Amino acid sequence: MQHNKAITVENLTKRFGNFTAVDAISFEVDKGEIFGFLGANGAGKTTAMRMLCGLSLPTAGKATVAGFDVFKQNEEIKRNIGYMSQKFSLYEDLTVKENIRFYGGIYGKSNAFIKEKTGYLLQHLHLEKEANVLVKELPLGWKQKLAFSVAIFHEPEIVFLDEPTGGVDPVTRREFWNMIYEAASNGITVFVTTHYMDEAEYCNRVSIMVDGKIEALDTPTGLKQTYHASSMDDVFVQLARKAVRSDG
Amino acid sequence: MSYAVTIASISKTYGAKQKLVQALSNISLNVEKGELFGIIGPDGAGKTSLFRILTTLLLANEGHATVDGLDVVKEFKAIRNRVGYMPGRFSLYQDLTIEENLSFFATIFNTTIEANYDLIKDIYIQIEPFKTRRAGKLSGGMKQKLALCCALIHKPSVLFLDEPTTGVDAVSRKEFWQMLKGLKEQGITILVSTPYMDEASLCDRVALMQSGKLMQVDSPRNIIHSFPHKIMAVKGSNMLQLLNTLKQTKGVADAYAFGEYHHAVLEDGITTLPIEQVEMKIVQPDIEDCFIALMKDHAAQ
Repeated sequence: MQHNKAITVENLTKRFGNFTAVDAISFEVDKGEIFGFLGANGAGKTTAMRMLCGLSLPTAGKATVAGFDVFKQNEEIKRNIGYMSQKFSLYEDLTVKENIRFYGGIYGKSNAFIKEKTGYLLQHLHLEKEANVLVKELPLGWKQKLAFSVAIFHEPEIVFLDEPTGGVDPVTRREFWNMIYEAASNGITVFVTTHYMDEAEYCNRVSIMVDGKIEALDTPTGLKQTYHASSMDDVFVQLARKAVRSDG
Repeated sequence: MSYAVTIASISKTYGAKQKLVQALSNISLNVEKGELFGIIGPDGAGKTSLFRILTTLLLANEGHATVDGLDVVKEFKAIRNRVGYMPGRFSLYQDLTIEENLSFFATIFNTTIEANYDLIKDIYIQIEPFKTRRAGKLSGGMKQKLALCCALIHKPSVLFLDEPTTGVDAVSRKEFWQMLKGLKEQGITILVSTPYMDEASLCDRVALMQSGKLMQVDSPRNIIHSFPHKIMAVKGSNMLQLLNTLKQTKGVADAYAFGEYHHAVLEDGITTLPIEQVEMKIVQPDIEDCFIALMKDHAAQ
């Protein structure tokens, strides 16, 4: 299917009973872009992301992900995206190699593809010696890097990263962002949420959600100019303070 | 001056002989009464193990520690009456309401909500309108406030907060630290752990921890002052390329991304860099710069 944008969203809405979690949001994400998706706790980020990943059906509006319709083609979406969250990504009691094999298989990749790419990946991550080590034995930073590599193993068009760097040390956090840049330069679109405001600076564009709506969307430089702010932290605080929804 | 917490050569290992995990190695530090003390470090640094030893929930393999003048091993029962502990994982009763949780904790400590209401008032009034709601149905921010109230209801002399702001957005984090400031003014000693480096500046003193070791203990200001190098913040049109350039530039000891700018750690005597068409300025180091440098020093040792 031909499509110019990685993601298009138009008035996308999700209501739970009389609560509007996501309120008519609209935006587009370019191919190969690193798109930061920020918002306060309870602003509706997770709900929006679940809709874009084909895991939750919208109440109203339109959206396409990798050219597929979120209403009708959610199975195609799942096959063409990668997903990684801080909480769950890898099987702790499988080895490094088994995890890679498992995800490759789930996404329907051939044995030849899996074999060849596993070798490359282990070498690239300097994990050759740990290939047969259980994932639970790995330090957290290595796990995060492996989880990201596994999420893009099947060469998806878009990867969704939900707070990928939470709790990671500052050196590993930066190494992780190098991997994000590398993926983006290989043409993978990156859609990322984070609570670290310095990481918002590493995105090409950033959106900030407040009470279910997208209140601002621009490059980090543009946002700082618009809000007369010295940092992204400043921009975020100005916008998120307006929230009336009680996440408390 | 007597200390609220003393820690002397504490070590802790987990696991069997073949696969020994050194969670804490030879930790020593003291926390003064009334201090707001931060333990800063990533996951796996040993923060939770240390807190569990101090709150008498875990025994150390080696070393001694006291809380409020009492030994954590011999006088554990007395300590439990005097400390408040908010674990990293939400651990209140999900099927009790806000008010029921609070009165349950008050009753356990032989007190009432009314007796210590002053202490929790500023925090509790924010969740009081929902006091008949079950804890399991609360939002993240409200759970956090309830957990803090429950940890305070017996008027502890030392409060332990294990990663209270992890996964919390930047605005709620600021509000939480505002609450801690209020508690400190009421004379409670607070030990708080966090993986967020930017929260260090909100503490009186901090311990920087990594892989079970203490790397530095001091006030945030002194830690920044003791950073031995100058830092150049550099910004250009192609940041990825610029980072690679900086790493290969003579006079640059280390270079890494730092939000809008890259930070280049300069070798002694260097005051400028031969890179064209970029914005450059010498900046004060951040706690995160110090942490990165300490981590790399420790890794090199």
